[in-house]
Amino acid sequence: MKACRMFAVLLLTCMIMAAPALAKETIKVGAILAVTGPASFLGAPEAKTLEMMVEDINKKGGIRGSKIELIIKDSGASPEKALSFAKQLIEEDKVLAIIGPSTSGETMKIKSVAEEAKAILISCAAAEVIVNPVAKYVFKTPQMDKHAVIKIFEQMKAMKLSKAGVLSSNTGFGKAGKEQIEKLAPEYGIQIVANEVYDKAATDLTAEVTKVKASGAEAIINWSIEPAQSIVIKNARQIGFKGQIFQSHGFGNIEYVKAAGEAAEGVIFPAGKLLVADTLPDSDPQKAVLINYKKDYESKFKDEASTFGGHAYDAMLILTKAIEKANSTDKEAVRNAIEGLKGVVGTAGVFNFSAQDHNGLDINAFEMLIVKKGKFAVLAAPETKKKK
Amino acid sequence: MRSRYAPVAFFIAVVIAVQFLTLIIDRPQYLTQLTMAGYYSLVIIGLCMLIGYAGQISLGHAGFFAIGGYISAFLTTYDLMPHKGNALAGIVAKAGLLVTVQDLYGGDALVFHPWIACIAAICVTVLIAYVIGGPVLKLKGHYLAMATLGFGTIVYKLVLGTTFFGAADGLSDIPGFKLLPGLEVSGKNSARIQNYYISWGMVALGMLLLANLIHSRVGSALRAIHSAEDAANAMGVNTGRYKLNIFVLSAVFAAVGGIFLTHYNGGIGPSEASIMKSVRYVAIVAIGGMANLWGALSMGIVLNFLSLRGYFGSYDDTVFGVILILIMLFAPEGLLRREVFRNAKKWISGRGKAEGQKA
Amino acid sequence: MNIELFFQYLAAGVTYGTIYAIVAIGFNIIYNTTGIINFAQGEFVMLGGMTAVTLHAFLPLPAAILSAVIITMIIGALIEITFIRWLTSPSVLRMIIITIGISIFIREAALHIWGEAVRALPYFTGTEVTVISAGDVHISPQVLWVIGISAVTVVLLTFFFNYTLLGRQMRACSSNRDAARLCGISAKNMVTLSFVLSAGIGALAGCVVSPITYVQYDSGTGLAIKGFTVAILGGLGNSTAAIAAGLILGILESFSVWVMPTAFKDVVSISILLLILFVRPSGIFGSVEASRLKEF
Repeated sequence: MKACRMFAVLLLTCMIMAAPALAKETIKVGAILAVTGPASFLGAPEAKTLEMMVEDINKKGGIRGSKIELIIKDSGASPEKALSFAKQLIEEDKVLAIIGPSTSGETMKIKSVAEEAKAILISCAAAEVIVNPVAKYVFKTPQMDKHAVIKIFEQMKAMKLSKAGVLSSNTGFGKAGKEQIEKLAPEYGIQIVANEVYDKAATDLTAEVTKVKASGAEAIINWSIEPAQSIVIKNARQIGFKGQIFQSHGFGNIEYVKAAGEAAEGVIFPAGKLLVADTLPDSDPQKAVLINYKKDYESKFKDEASTFGGHAYDAMLILTKAIEKANSTDKEAVRNAIEGLKGVVGTAGVFNFSAQDHNGLDINAFEMLIVKKGKFAVLAAPETKKKK
Repeated sequence: MRSRYAPVAFFIAVVIAVQFLTLIIDRPQYLTQLTMAGYYSLVIIGLCMLIGYAGQISLGHAGFFAIGGYISAFLTTYDLMPHKGNALAGIVAKAGLLVTVQDLYGGDALVFHPWIACIAAICVTVLIAYVIGGPVLKLKGHYLAMATLGFGTIVYKLVLGTTFFGAADGLSDIPGFKLLPGLEVSGKNSARIQNYYISWGMVALGMLLLANLIHSRVGSALRAIHSAEDAANAMGVNTGRYKLNIFVLSAVFAAVGGIFLTHYNGGIGPSEASIMKSVRYVAIVAIGGMANLWGALSMGIVLNFLSLRGYFGSYDDTVFGVILILIMLFAPEGLLRREVFRNAKKWISGRGKAEGQKA
Repeated sequence: MNIELFFQYLAAGVTYGTIYAIVAIGFNIIYNTTGIINFAQGEFVMLGGMTAVTLHAFLPLPAAILSAVIITMIIGALIEITFIRWLTSPSVLRMIIITIGISIFIREAALHIWGEAVRALPYFTGTEVTVISAGDVHISPQVLWVIGISAVTVVLLTFFFNYTLLGRQMRACSSNRDAARLCGISAKNMVTLSFVLSAGIGALAGCVVSPITYVQYDSGTGLAIKGFTVAILGGLGNSTAAIAAGLILGILESFSVWVMPTAFKDVVSISILLLILFVRPSGIFGSVEASRLKEF
């Protein structure tokens, strides 16, 4: 199935290169995603989501009467490929916008390319440095890592915990989280007693968690998105760590909870509301969007919907809304329109953009979840109320 | 003398012709991937010398590429401004080694001049290659392969684990490399054609150097070592020293490719040091013909160009794996051997003769 | 220094080490018969784990593991017949490159069959959190399963190679192929058999470690590298030494975590590999003279 889709996309690309006359009738959107390779947890659901969305939009007649033509390039999380594809998409395919890449490392490499070429880039990667310093043409859809960290720290304070042992993986995701934790810990009175980085392909982490436990940590904060995150909590419980375990929003996939089995009981982590869409009150503005996305994705791909696929959903949503708002497919007009978007309900949260804020999400995009009996449940909010 | 340089002259003519071709078919963007493929080809021709002529396999050459790229990247982006008061920084500044550039937030940053970074990177590569090469090249067969694999993996884990090198994100926003006034290695669209010529100029230079080497006494010594090392030893050829020097030379080629590509791309990531990259380089040398510089070069251009343009889609790694298997099964001396051409000619003319006779 | 902490690190080291050791055993069989280091051995481990998980959806655990082992053995035979059998006296370089190519091919095939999701078999005894404890030192019972199965495998292999006709024929092939052929032993079949055995042991290893490590399409590579580090450390061809070397490496890694930033844990194990290669390539327990006699 993947082969057919890839082939179709390639064929389409070749046809486009050979038939520039057709270009005027379709809106070309490029995507650089890590569909295979070390970041496939991110890229594969993102690619599937985009294909699903574009199919839906085109079935309904497209945007302003024009169909969307999606060109997905698989970068395999390698920055040099991302760079080459970015140049190709911008100069040859002349896309309106590029969605992606999936990882922060790749995004940073093409940020300046996008700026120089005045091409819209809506990244699905989380690092803060993508939108800070703000670049005119570069946006991102995942929530800010710092909000996730703040939510964890607030929870710790409510639980009267102050000594944190930090474990992170050696990926861009882990690194970004680690940096935010280190930066924000003093502000919230959290003391980092252990700070270890492990290999993302690690097969067992008993020694690492032993080191953290021995440092006297009252809580373990683990920041990674690979299977290693389940290994960490398993090993931690095995060596008898009784304290609270926090995970990053990378834990937001029920497969990891299943993999960790009993060890996942009681783990607390911030997450987008996608995971608990069914239990949201009907008044929640995101509920409808989330339930629809979940239903469509799961019925089409027979696979659990993940928050990462949601980042691509949000990117496409923002792009289409901006095109409608600007009522044109001129890059400048669409870019300006994105900055003016307010109240866009996506999967990660409700987006409010501005010239200074190219992410559009605030701390309310995250919900604190707890694992109870192998399922996600919303954790009651802590008593301390802190402004973002 | 003429026959030695003729291929290089022909090559330069082809390079120029291709550039005009891209203008004619209005696809100047192809030059981008061609430039990148050029720098990867530097690594490949160096590796071809090592594997094909000196007979030593290296499964870790991406490590040298990364060493060159990362050191030059680090030195040209590490801001020494906060260390202004430091004595060492003061000496370095007075020696005129530093330049001021704009950092991400618009302020001023003090970094090393790209030329200094380039020279430093090459020196470090030479040092590491000599230190590692000594013990490694005493090994043979599987053990040599494992040792080079180990070396490549260590470099990968080191750049992945070190915050100075950007850990998983790598280093970005690397300034361009002004070779001469008016000639800059950078990814800017305005400099696209210059960069194409810089890249392929370097490759031509490299080929010239290696062609010279092959036709000299060094080349004969290497051929002797490759076919019968013990006999060569008996004849008084210092096999150890030759192998080591070729190893270091191939490492320098890889590092130079790394340095220049990093400036062209404006960044580098740990994926450049990965084992898959090393395997790719070996695959390309194998396909082109182990001891066939031009074969390796042509295959290097073609396969890297296609891979960078995404022609293989999600099957990129699979393609290289399958190529490896097929070549090793059917054409272990590579595809572009003279025998292949001769056989093809024989086959075609043999057919013709038979038909002629029948008629 | 807390004595319990010391033992906990030791237990962690044993956990790591047994995983590496059981993978290393597979390398030695092919090496013993053919002199090839099979870079695709890690993929047999991965295939065993993935197949077992898929089968476990509708078979009880022991049946799933057995079927997975048999299926992987068949795949091992197919690979040998398709790719290796008709190579006539290939050079070392060629063999290395072919097996690397095969490993890439299997990995990508696994990606397209199973996707990138992560799977695991359930723990053989207990759950993810059950442990065997002595004071404040805990170890998962699955580790004892790994050790147990490794030990049983090595014992059975020793018996096979020393006391059965087939085993002795395989050993004959490895020491002197031509002489073996003169005795009527089909060298080609012995090579196929060695692949079948290695694949089976690899698959078994994959099944038994998957509860601890999880399997996914690319878990073969990392395990393979550690596996042959351990095989070389112990001395290529000696499975008992592989277990000992595995434990040594695992424990060294674990204690390195204690004193160093964990980001460099792998650098430690590879540096140990390089050190052994430079100083004593025949391995800790290998015999220097015997390794010089062997043709690679």
